Amino acid sequence: MTERRQGTLDRREVVAALIKGRGDALIVTGLGSTCYDFGTQDHPNTFYLWGGMGAAAMLGLGLALAQPTRRVVVVTGDGEMLMGLGAFATIGAKSPKNFSLVVIDNEHYSETGMQPTHTQRGVSMTGVAKACNFPNAETIYTEQEMAKAVPEIFGGKELVFRDIKVNTSRYPMSIKLRDGAHIKNRFRENLLGAKAFD
Amino acid sequence: MQSQTPARTWPRDIYDVLKQVGVEQIAYVPDAGHAQLIRDCEADNAMSVVSLTTEEEGVAMLAGGWLGGKRGALLMQSSGVGNCINLLSVIQECRFPLLMIVTMRGEWGEFNPWQLPMGQSVQRVLEDSGVYVQRADRADEVRDVTYAAAQMTFSSNRPIAVLLGQRLIGFKDWSK
Repeated sequence: MTERRQGTLDRREVVAALIKGRGDALIVTGLGSTCYDFGTQDHPNTFYLWGGMGAAAMLGLGLALAQPTRRVVVVTGDGEMLMGLGAFATIGAKSPKNFSLVVIDNEHYSETGMQPTHTQRGVSMTGVAKACNFPNAETIYTEQEMAKAVPEIFGGKELVFRDIKVNTSRYPMSIKLRDGAHIKNRFRENLLGAKAFD
Repeated sequence: MQSQTPARTWPRDIYDVLKQVGVEQIAYVPDAGHAQLIRDCEADNAMSVVSLTTEEEGVAMLAGGWLGGKRGALLMQSSGVGNCINLLSVIQECRFPLLMIVTMRGEWGEFNPWQLPMGQSVQRVLEDSGVYVQRADRADEVRDVTYAAAQMTFSSNRPIAVLLGQRLIGFKDWSK
């Protein structure tokens, strides 16, 4: 049996690269670390999902179907994604071309005491994505792969999945914006203008 | 008691209301009571219709749709309400509108005892989760109840469930 390959990328460097490449993409983050990561550079086109574990990918699907001319990118953690694994099937079956799903995978539940997730027990999220009809799914381990992934995530012409393996570094919570109604209203007003109040 | 119902008109009434109020996203877990409505929505190219693996996916999806400026509706059977509970916290915290149209089991002549626990607690579970509940038990009230619920959810940014009574839908009579 071959030794399992460890994630060595730093999550904040990965997210900094995603933020640099985001353009006018609409971004949804999942609860926990990915909210804090994106909070390092707050943006009105980011919807921070502070709760509803397992919901980030499906929330992104609804947004992608509502805004077919915009790129929608969901960035979430491995634990969050494992809680909503059925979303792979629902999204793959629908296959929206303007949607990318990105998992920042440290193979642990960071918020609750660093318990291991199934992704360090032989479960491949990229394998799940491929089996669920995602046409473009890869696991990222290196900076070179990451540099190639960013334009595909934000400029892709099809449904994209990337499982980005990172190390277990933890960072302080970098965002104080927690009020859900405010985050929603800000996002809608920025996207829809006066129509946000129709 | 009727175990066989004549051609139903109320599913079309619901579809007409959804069109009238501008619903463009439909998320559903199939139910026999919703079969005709699902067919009508699937046949409508102006609607994005998504079949879910579990009802909570639909709560998240329609929140995302609303973020993107689209109105939606979630179609499900009463047994699916329990699957939605934690996701309804997102709806409440963010003040998202949510129109749920729920076909009831486990409340009127139900043949399957396993449907009773969820069917009997649907209304309490919804209300405890911050969802306003309205009911239709007669075919001639489905249109008005659905229309009123739709107007209220989208103008108040609050979740509303329309429960379509099992008496309306009919039940399998296994006595003969």
